[in-house]
Amino acid sequence: MAREGDRRAGSQVESRSSKALGVRRSGGDGSRGVTIAVLSSIVFFALLVLAVTNAPGWPEVKRTFFDWHEFRSSLPGIATAFKLNVKIFLISEAFILVLALIVAVVRSLPGPVFFPLRALAIVYADFFRGVPTILVIAILGFGAPALQLRIVPTSTTFWGIVALVLVYTAYVSEVYRAGIDSVHPSQEAAARSLGLTRGQALRYVVLPQAVRRVIPPLLNDFIGLQKDTALVGVLGAVEAFNQSQIYTDATFNYTPYLAAAFLFVVMTIPLARFTDWLILRDRRKRQAGVAR
Amino acid sequence: MSDAALVIEGVRKSFARVEVLRGIDLELERHNVVCLIGASGSGKSTLLRCVNLIESVDAGRIVVAGEEITRRGIDVNRVRRRIGIVFQAFNLFPHMSVLRNVTLAPQAALGQTRAAAEQHAVELLTRFGLADKRDEYPDRLSGGQQQRVAIVRALAMEPDLMLLDEVTSALDPELVADVLELIRELAAGGMTMLIATHEMSFAREIAHRVCFLDNGVILEQGPPQQIFAAPREQRTQQFLQRITAAGRL
Repeated sequence: MAREGDRRAGSQVESRSSKALGVRRSGGDGSRGVTIAVLSSIVFFALLVLAVTNAPGWPEVKRTFFDWHEFRSSLPGIATAFKLNVKIFLISEAFILVLALIVAVVRSLPGPVFFPLRALAIVYADFFRGVPTILVIAILGFGAPALQLRIVPTSTTFWGIVALVLVYTAYVSEVYRAGIDSVHPSQEAAARSLGLTRGQALRYVVLPQAVRRVIPPLLNDFIGLQKDTALVGVLGAVEAFNQSQIYTDATFNYTPYLAAAFLFVVMTIPLARFTDWLILRDRRKRQAGVAR
Repeated sequence: MSDAALVIEGVRKSFARVEVLRGIDLELERHNVVCLIGASGSGKSTLLRCVNLIESVDAGRIVVAGEEITRRGIDVNRVRRRIGIVFQAFNLFPHMSVLRNVTLAPQAALGQTRAAAEQHAVELLTRFGLADKRDEYPDRLSGGQQQRVAIVRALAMEPDLMLLDEVTSALDPELVADVLELIRELAAGGMTMLIATHEMSFAREIAHRVCFLDNGVILEQGPPQQIFAAPREQRTQQFLQRITAAGRL
């Protein structure tokens, strides 16, 4: 059953990637399919552009949102500020990946002895998934430094990271837990029957399979986190969103928002493609050459 | 008692309100093979799982090589290292190569070095005709090959006792022979084995003793010739008749 689940996941990946690669599989004549796809795309986007550019407010929108000169002049400054988003993302992600795994493992500990730990993990996950991220950031970012404790930093970036880690660890722990639950109990039984301890069975047998299966939803949360780094801006840290706001406030032109959006997209798309590639490679390694 | 590899005394086991084992007594001598036969649900698998401590017993004792393994506070991991079990559904680790499947437990549970574990694994794989599969992943093997790898995985721990739980039941008929051949080799090499099986002719050929389980008790046991040719109990006769009618004997 465990393998069954894997195969299902794999076939989804494959069908997705074959869609992404084009329409080669859709019919016997591949080049004809590609031609149709290209033509229909051109017609579709041409109609879309026509509809937008013929809208009554288009000249105004074009001036305030699509100003090429404004885009080019604001991009370098926003890109510099965007480095802070990347930094927040990378630091948060490192902590989230580890802490969420710990929370997920704690939640799947069996037996009545561990009830308090399990309960704590459940309360934690429920709470931080329920509170809007922006509120956690505001409460921690404005509240914690006000305590004036010497041992904790007062940097807004620091508390922004703490807030993001708290919120996303709750989400990601649920993803991990779904992965752990999806590994059939017979796998752990097989490992235990060989004399492995519960911890070893978890480490060598259950978790590697669990993590492989949840890579797509994990990536989804990564992308969410990348975007939510912009929320740290409410604390005053000059990251990409704040920087673009500074520009728009100065010029009353909103094109810098587009520049910031462009940077976020440029960062997330390669990550999505990379993950697809990882999944495919793993699947090929395990199943290549088998007629199924 | 002195040379018994396994002694089972009055073992009982219930799941919810269903009593699956209702007082099992069984003794297995070292280097002997005992086959458990009986209908599905008669308790064969549960008995094997109890011996491997995958299930705990409700009453009775199980003694392996003189040591009671059902006593409180026993180190279950240490016990399991000496007892190999192979399941009907193989349960290989799909994310590991064949070689890694075999070397994992010797390295993790016995603390062998990677080199030593791999050398031993390659020896075993070679002995059972699987040397060329060492770098394959389980999903790329046939069912028969997977099951042979699963047996090799258990053997790599150098167990004193092997438990085989209907290891050919999930296989296509043409793949059964290779697995049975491997078990034959093990028996010839003196491996102590407790085998739950539906392969009656195989049980007849390989077993020193055959136990017929019915409704959670061993209704009848004896040498295969006697059980298969002249069963005393009516239930045993009925069971064997049904098996014969199905062409499995």
